[in-house]
Amino acid sequence: MSFPDPIAVFRTEAAELLEQVESGLLDLNHDLSDKEQVDAVFRGLHTLKGSGAMFGFEALAAFTHHCETAFDQVRKGIVPATHDLVTAVLGATDHMRALIEVPGGDHDAASETLLTRLRAAVAAAGHPAGAAPQAAAATPAAPVETASSAAAGQSGQKSGIVTYKIRFSLPQNAMANGTNPIGLLDELAELGTATIRADLSRIPAIDDLIATDLYVCWEVELSTDKPRDAIDDVFIFVMDEMQLEVTVVEPQGTTAEPPAPQATPAPVAAAAPAAPVAPSTQSTSAAAVAAAPAAAPAAPAASGRGAAQADAKQQKAAENVRVPAERLDELMDRVGELVIAQSRLSQLAGVSGDLMLRAVSEDVERLSGELRDTMMVLRMVPVAQLFGRFRRLVHDLAIETGKAIELVTEGETTEVDKSVIERLADPLVHLVRNSCDHGLESADERRAAGKSPTGRIFLSARQQAGEVIITIKDDGRGINRERVRAKAESSGLIAANASLSDQDLLQLIFQPGFSTAQQVTNLSGRGVGMDVVKRTIDALRGTINVVSRPGEGSEISLAIPLTLAIIDGLLVRVGSGRYVIPLSAVEECLELSVEEDMRSRGRSFISLRDSLVPFIRLRDLFRTGTKPDPFQKVVVISTGAERVGLVVDQIIGDHQTVIKAMSKLHHDVVTFSGATILGDGGVALILDVAHLVAAGQQQEAHLRAAG
Amino acid sequence: MSEALRKLPEHLWDGREELEVLTFEIAGEMFALEAVHVQEILDLLPETPVPGAKPFVGSVINFRGKVIPLADIRLAFGMEATTTTIDSRIIVLELDIDDEPTLTGIRTDKVHEVTTLEKSHGEPPPSVGMRWRPDFIDCLVRRHGEFIIIPNLKTIFSAQSERNQQAQQG
Repeated sequence: MSFPDPIAVFRTEAAELLEQVESGLLDLNHDLSDKEQVDAVFRGLHTLKGSGAMFGFEALAAFTHHCETAFDQVRKGIVPATHDLVTAVLGATDHMRALIEVPGGDHDAASETLLTRLRAAVAAAGHPAGAAPQAAAATPAAPVETASSAAAGQSGQKSGIVTYKIRFSLPQNAMANGTNPIGLLDELAELGTATIRADLSRIPAIDDLIATDLYVCWEVELSTDKPRDAIDDVFIFVMDEMQLEVTVVEPQGTTAEPPAPQATPAPVAAAAPAAPVAPSTQSTSAAAVAAAPAAAPAAPAASGRGAAQADAKQQKAAENVRVPAERLDELMDRVGELVIAQSRLSQLAGVSGDLMLRAVSEDVERLSGELRDTMMVLRMVPVAQLFGRFRRLVHDLAIETGKAIELVTEGETTEVDKSVIERLADPLVHLVRNSCDHGLESADERRAAGKSPTGRIFLSARQQAGEVIITIKDDGRGINRERVRAKAESSGLIAANASLSDQDLLQLIFQPGFSTAQQVTNLSGRGVGMDVVKRTIDALRGTINVVSRPGEGSEISLAIPLTLAIIDGLLVRVGSGRYVIPLSAVEECLELSVEEDMRSRGRSFISLRDSLVPFIRLRDLFRTGTKPDPFQKVVVISTGAERVGLVVDQIIGDHQTVIKAMSKLHHDVVTFSGATILGDGGVALILDVAHLVAAGQQQEAHLRAAG
Repeated sequence: MSEALRKLPEHLWDGREELEVLTFEIAGEMFALEAVHVQEILDLLPETPVPGAKPFVGSVINFRGKVIPLADIRLAFGMEATTTTIDSRIIVLELDIDDEPTLTGIRTDKVHEVTTLEKSHGEPPPSVGMRWRPDFIDCLVRRHGEFIIIPNLKTIFSAQSERNQQAQQG
């Protein structure tokens, strides 16, 4: 059993946290008053800081601390959220990524620049509120100083000092989860004057003691001028799992000595803190003042906790287990084996007359079928994961290009195999960049064309018969056909004045080295062209469709198989070998009549409904060396615009199967995209249709040259 | 060739004096492979030829739900393939090929035993007088009056895969 590298786990987690923070920030940018997002961002940053420090990413922790502090101010209402602040923190998240990637690198200068920007943003935001928050924002330690000075002041200040009796216990596994009780106690102590007593009664006998478990509870007497909220805030990240009792002991009107009254055996219910106690002992106005702030925050605190609990519930519902993909692959292999064993079993059961055996076999068949289906679903993730990244991208692009761009996404719950999602990310980034850069016009141009000044990019996903269709659409100027043609002619891709269908013309943009960008910008023209997109999509066995209307915009649709792990195929026999032809490529199957077979000796064409379809004899291509079956079949496949017939000996039937990659030792064999295991345990190779046609053409050329 | 140049390959022995190996036979020669690489010894399985692949790795087999290549190292040495016998077995190995652990089957005429070879009995491959390519052999070890060949599978496979890559590019 190998344990995952904790640093790697942290990195994955941090990446997710950063994504959450970014998404929170972007939401916040839309609605600056969204309190929920402020909290979400703050929590994300805090967790990142904490776990960063725990895993030794000190620079990250230190840097994140500043951002967290800034957001803490927003959260507490000291500073309002502004676009500048959000942008500053967004910029900072990139830097955090860098700090995670290269923890030892030289980041000081970048850190300093970003922090200056952040401080400026906070200062600008805090301006109306006066100088104090500014100072606090500029030096993150300031709030702490204020706290201690308040405690040190000790004479009855404007805000009354209240003494709380806090009793809390953490779950036994809290430390294993990275919670440090000392940190919590330190934070409590920073709020005022604290006396801390540890309750050791739960510590078991040494034999039962587990060194990593936490058995200690704490009782803290805290005299503070901070509202009750501040105490809850200390525990905000462990609130859901812990037990916390907070009782008001006595309002301190005149003295802040760790008071003798703590002996008063009056544990008052936290819910009704001030009312019964305060008037009974003291009738000074100070008490009333103290009682008011103590009572007032009680309600928000309670509701805050309620919200936290609701959050926890939601989290539970969406609880995820992170599993390395290779373990899923292993499981898939096991399931594959099971399916094979099961089909052998049902063969045996079919032959035997034993009814009991048949019943068992049927049960096993049903179970293994279900297991296989479940297995497939395990690998599916919603495309929301993918789309989430584009919000940030578009936000940045809008700033970079100076255009107003709005991103609209649709169908985010559509599920696709994880490996597909990961491989789609780069091509999609490229397409979205392209749309923003080339597709959308500037605001002035748009106004002149009678469109709204804000350009829109639509990103949508939907499932359609075993495929996911991902569409990137913009309402920009559309693809300039003249320019595409001119470029293609000048680079020799097409002959001058060659007649091309519109679709063929548009497909030219996927040719290597093709870019119509007139100037090299930060976004495009860096040599990474649409050909890379095309290649990636081809590798995913997908297709690209381009629609573009001048002046109205372009739409690029990617049709990708839902999973790379399963394929619907047509199982055929050629000689003694069995092969799978991807069903998505198959158009129709027909018989090669003897006459046509004979007639086609000189030319490899058949006529199919008045059009000529060239065909490839797989027997020749694979050099089977066996006698052909008397009735040869033709499977007509389409690759892009071309239709090609594949001559096979026998068509066995539909076959849904798990794809196995070919080993490295067979990487030179491009006519097959993979292999699969058949019901009888044999291996069938999966034809790579596009490569096969190319190989067939080569062989033809070879034959022609030889003959 | 001088004695000084003809050293035993250190990467194989790695400071050890003894090597635990699995011995097997191909084309009348006795071979040995480090036992730690061996995953399993199988009876012959149905083989699926891969059209267009190098004859050396001309087919694949289903090994516990994985499709793995089956190598005939005779062909790597440029010798004729022989017909299989009742003693023929497949040895499944895990080898690092281009830094990636890869399962591979090797077809053998007969699998003998797991035994220990001593470094003191080892000799580097002679540059002449052998029908096998010397760079495909790590060393020869004398035992009971015969020589056991320890092939350098890494070279064999990576040479093959390099050649494959060249073929692909060319």
